[in-house]
Amino acid sequence: MLHRSHIHGVMGEFATPEELIHAAKKVREAGYRHLDAYAPFPVEGLSEALGIKRNLVPVLTLLGGLTGGVGGFFFQYWVAAITYPMNIGGRPLNSWPAFVPVTFELTVLGAALSAVFGMLALNGLPQPHHPVFNVERFSHATTDRFFLCIEARDPKFHLEETARLLHSLHAHHVNEVADD
Amino acid sequence: MSAGQPPLDSPEIRRLTPVLGPGHTYASVTDKISAIVLTRPTSLGWFIGFGIAFSVVGMLTVALAWLIIKGVGIWGISIPIGWGFAIVNFVWWIGIGHAGTLISAILFLLNQKWRTSINRFAEAMTLFAVACAGIFPLIHTGRPWMAYYMFPYPSTMGIWPQFRSPLIWDVFAVSTYGTVSLLFWYVGLIPDLATLRDRAIERPAKIIYGMLSMGWRGSARHWHRYQSSYLLLAGLATPLVLSVHTVVSFDFAVAIVPGWHTTIFPPYFVAGAIYSGFAMVLTIAIPLRKVYGLQDFITMRHLDNMAKVMLATGLIVAYGYFVEFFMSLYSGNKFDLYLVKMRLHGPYAPYYFALIVCNILIPQLLWFYKMRHNVVVLFLMSIVVNIGMWLERFVIIVISLTRDFVPSAWGRYSPTFWDWATFIGTIGLFVMLIFLFVRVLPAISIAEMRELVAETSEEDK
Repeated sequence: MLHRSHIHGVMGEFATPEELIHAAKKVREAGYRHLDAYAPFPVEGLSEALGIKRNLVPVLTLLGGLTGGVGGFFFQYWVAAITYPMNIGGRPLNSWPAFVPVTFELTVLGAALSAVFGMLALNGLPQPHHPVFNVERFSHATTDRFFLCIEARDPKFHLEETARLLHSLHAHHVNEVADD
Repeated sequence: MSAGQPPLDSPEIRRLTPVLGPGHTYASVTDKISAIVLTRPTSLGWFIGFGIAFSVVGMLTVALAWLIIKGVGIWGISIPIGWGFAIVNFVWWIGIGHAGTLISAILFLLNQKWRTSINRFAEAMTLFAVACAGIFPLIHTGRPWMAYYMFPYPSTMGIWPQFRSPLIWDVFAVSTYGTVSLLFWYVGLIPDLATLRDRAIERPAKIIYGMLSMGWRGSARHWHRYQSSYLLLAGLATPLVLSVHTVVSFDFAVAIVPGWHTTIFPPYFVAGAIYSGFAMVLTIAIPLRKVYGLQDFITMRHLDNMAKVMLATGLIVAYGYFVEFFMSLYSGNKFDLYLVKMRLHGPYAPYYFALIVCNILIPQLLWFYKMRHNVVVLFLMSIVVNIGMWLERFVIIVISLTRDFVPSAWGRYSPTFWDWATFIGTIGLFVMLIFLFVRVLPAISIAEMRELVAETSEEDK
């Protein structure tokens, strides 16, 4: 048995998304807060069962879009009206309708870049190694198995009791996750 | 609609033509799709196909090298026809890309489940088509090594791009489109790369897929953000894809050349883009499902739906041709009237009639259920539409430029060997990239197919 400080948590394996959601709800009802679930595809209702609420991706995307759009427009204004003015038939230098296509494209570009890189940054990716990969059966998490991991940093965590709880929720396998 | 066909969207037709073959589990879809990449031996046919495409890319390389040595004089362009093949091919390739984004973004927002098994390779097709398209304006500048002049950067000369020019809009539209398509494709690939990492047997494959998957572990917290990121990207790609061909059409519509200066161009270009793109998706999907035995995933329902999209967009394109014609007659503008005459009786009239046959007449067969369910007919039709859409751009560019306002500025255009070598070369590049893609990445989104399994098993309960 591993020493408590060398352990990331205890992980239970389930065969269906329904079992996983059920287990996640029960574990939260039992008072655990530091837990994460692993699934081969996004499972509907899992975020709610785990109590995941905060998601900064939409806000970041909005900010990225605004930066791209506002910055893009004023950049064109600066180029066309201030730093490199060209008098074309006496027309206004700030010919804003002509700046719309590029402003639009830069809005989309800024928003898309922040949606992707914001998501990756908030998820802490790229992250080549994570303790859950120490569990041999975890390679099935990207095929057809569903995992629930109760982390050791949870104040309620107790190796035997937490493992017993997962067993009682009909986990097919329960593994200790080494932390290295 | 033919007789004896069950009503559309009835439970019966769903059962007859499902989006996923019966009896699939999470593991079976994963096995089947990842096996193409990981365990299935590379067939002789793949090597032959790849070899042919690769030698065509060799021809492209020679054509490009000769172009850089000699300049654009090796092409058939000369004033008044400054655009020629380079722009015809650019517009054609960009248009083809549009179906990929439409399938992956718009159908995703509309919650169309049938998109799942075709979106991955349709997105790949978009990327490769944009890559082929991007070559043309670049080499058409004559001095491609100076292409960076088009981007705004603080140069010591103190000059800046002209943001009032549609050609600069094009630079921004196409580069944004390429970037966002790549991001969308890559984000969709991350979970599948993780699957390949976990299933790969050989160590190099494990390492490469592992690096590309960035350590994805399927955490619920990650999926939560991933899903909102993917949804937002779909929402952003939707107006983007509509804007790209609109901006491409501005290259023409903002000019005053007869036949170009019309307000119908943006919608009609977008419809034409989707039309040719779906044709190209069919051209790829039909051999792909046959060769890799993916009939359970890319079912007749998919082919049928794509044929319907082709029919609908083809009719919008037909409407565009009609409006162009009508507006010329209705305006009474003598230059526009002369252009109509040139299309019908001029030296390039055969191309105009060929385009009408390819884009309007032949696709009317798609009204018939039997035709939409005949794989051979669909495949041939997709090629006919691709040819037709290429002819459309040829007609728009060449007829208008050879016959503008004053007879002293008229001319003739005929492409040279190097024009053809470059064009066919990019087709080779496209095919080669598709071959590579099918071999090293999952051609169907595995994670989304598992979701589909979960959803369809719920429906059956």
